[in-house]
Amino acid sequence: MSDPLFPDGTCTQQHAVKNRYQTEIFNMAETHSLQDMRQQAAVAAKVFVQRDYTSGTMCQFQTKFPSELETKIDKQQFEETIRTLNNLYAEAEKLGSQSFIEGCLACLTAYTVFLCMETHYEKVLKKIAKYIQEQNDKIYAPRGLLLTDPIERGLRVIEITIYEDRSFTR
Amino acid sequence: MKNCEYQQIDPRALSVSPLSAQNPAETKAQRPRRKWEAFPGKNRFFCDGRLILARQNGVLPLTLGLIVVTSGLFFAFDCPFLVEHLTVCIPVIGGLLFLFVVASLLRTSFTDPGILPRATAEEAADIERQIDTSGSSTYRPPPRTKEILINQQVVKLKYCFTCKMFRPPRTSHCSLCDNCVERFDHHCPWVGNCVGKRNYRYFYSFIISLSFLTSFIFGCVVTHITLRTQAGKSIVLAIQESPASVVELVICFFSIWSILGLSGFHTYLVASNLTTNEDIKGSWSSKRGAEESGNPYSYSNILTNCCVTLCGPMPPSLIDRRGFLAPDEGIPVASASEIELPPFTPKSEANMCTQSTKDVLERMLRSSDFHGLCPSGTPKTSPLVPEVPGAPPAAKPPVSSGCSRQLAHRAVVDPCPPFSKSIRRDSLHSINPAFRLASPSPTLSRSVLVVGDGPDVGFPPQH
Repeated sequence: MSDPLFPDGTCTQQHAVKNRYQTEIFNMAETHSLQDMRQQAAVAAKVFVQRDYTSGTMCQFQTKFPSELETKIDKQQFEETIRTLNNLYAEAEKLGSQSFIEGCLACLTAYTVFLCMETHYEKVLKKIAKYIQEQNDKIYAPRGLLLTDPIERGLRVIEITIYEDRSFTR
Repeated sequence: MKNCEYQQIDPRALSVSPLSAQNPAETKAQRPRRKWEAFPGKNRFFCDGRLILARQNGVLPLTLGLIVVTSGLFFAFDCPFLVEHLTVCIPVIGGLLFLFVVASLLRTSFTDPGILPRATAEEAADIERQIDTSGSSTYRPPPRTKEILINQQVVKLKYCFTCKMFRPPRTSHCSLCDNCVERFDHHCPWVGNCVGKRNYRYFYSFIISLSFLTSFIFGCVVTHITLRTQAGKSIVLAIQESPASVVELVICFFSIWSILGLSGFHTYLVASNLTTNEDIKGSWSSKRGAEESGNPYSYSNILTNCCVTLCGPMPPSLIDRRGFLAPDEGIPVASASEIELPPFTPKSEANMCTQSTKDVLERMLRSSDFHGLCPSGTPKTSPLVPEVPGAPPAAKPPVSSGCSRQLAHRAVVDPCPPFSKSIRRDSLHSINPAFRLASPSPTLSRSVLVVGDGPDVGFPPQH
């Protein structure tokens, strides 16, 4: 019977399984992405960044730095992320000529055009998803954090999951 | 067995196999459920979650029936005469108007009005923590409100006990549909749905086009009868020749008053960027003479207000109707929020973040599963093994939106390949129940992906 994770291993490896397993996982994490490591980490807390309604019903998030993240990430970095997200959402909801033309075209075709075309908002949502993934990979994952795309929470909150700092390798 | 020991030590990566080994038939037999099947609001879904309607939609068939019957009578009885005596444009215009009316009506009825998904358990706990100062849990606390400033004006946000969140501004909870709806206008029984942010423009175009249609039919029928009378016959005789016209006249006469009135009212609302709800409640009317509490959402220009309401960008649906539920989930506390499968399938590229996390997890599991988790080497070693390499590239939901819905629909109908797709997706979740069986510890790889499952999930709330 081979060790499922270490196929080239012998029977003797299975005896010291518990301690080795964790170390091996973290070593493997170096070859995979840091998100792998996080699979083994515990969720310590979740922070919710609420919506900011001061400019109306537009989708904007509060840039206030949550106290739970003080030890984890740089304030500037965090605010930069939120500000970029806010700008992206503002772009999605912008009343420009593009949205106007889209609206008129939709009306003229009795709204059947949306069966074949993606709306401007959806295109920007994809951009946002890419940006969040990029931020997670570059900035938040190495610090044991994970940003959740707000669209998965109904655009109510940005959920930031804080993972327990159990890593031996950082 | 040595390998079972492995599983107990680290059930996270390995627990998938014993469960699937034990219940191969069950896994296969359980069709992966979509989120709309577990939606907590009182809505009905059609076409596998593509169309949404309120549960109480009794009058929608009546509306459709009236429109179709009146127009049918018009085309059958009045048009031949009018084409002969006047012009062929009449049925053409009538036909176009009719099509537009029906399209707008169906669009209004079957579009998600802007339903807000309910808060996840963790969000609700977080909000509760922020509000709860005295910590008395014996009685229901008084209605919670939060005051915020919008454009230098104080607006009160109310806490929704059903959805467990503070309602965004202009959002209201519809008791008939049991949902919070963004920019809630009203619940229209004629249309069989709430009218909210996402379908207000369709509703408006419906009532405007319907007023044109009824006026047009009314005018044409009157012309028809007048022309017949002018040919030397009495009115009674003219009516006897064309009895359907009387029916149309009656229907149109009564409809015109209400529809035209409604159109005028909604035109006023659009121009001042108000909702019916706000207008009825008098939220922004200046009650005190000295203090002018104007509408904070209104731009000062009527044209801008119209453009914002009718030609603004089309927000996406926030409830993910067609995403898949984890097989263990029955009715989640908060819908459409826990599963980080690509929502908006097929527009799932919006969530590449979670997709990549899942890919990474899959790679991990594949490496652990590939070499036989169970010593017996049963074919059900891991559901991941056969289909990860074999999963068709289309397992990743396609990028393009509307046309690919057809593709997804056809794929779902076809039993084998999409099932493997869904196994692939759901196996990520099936780790969860096995994990719970093996160990109640919350330290789970899946905790990355499954968050806020509500009380039915084994792990304690995270604080």
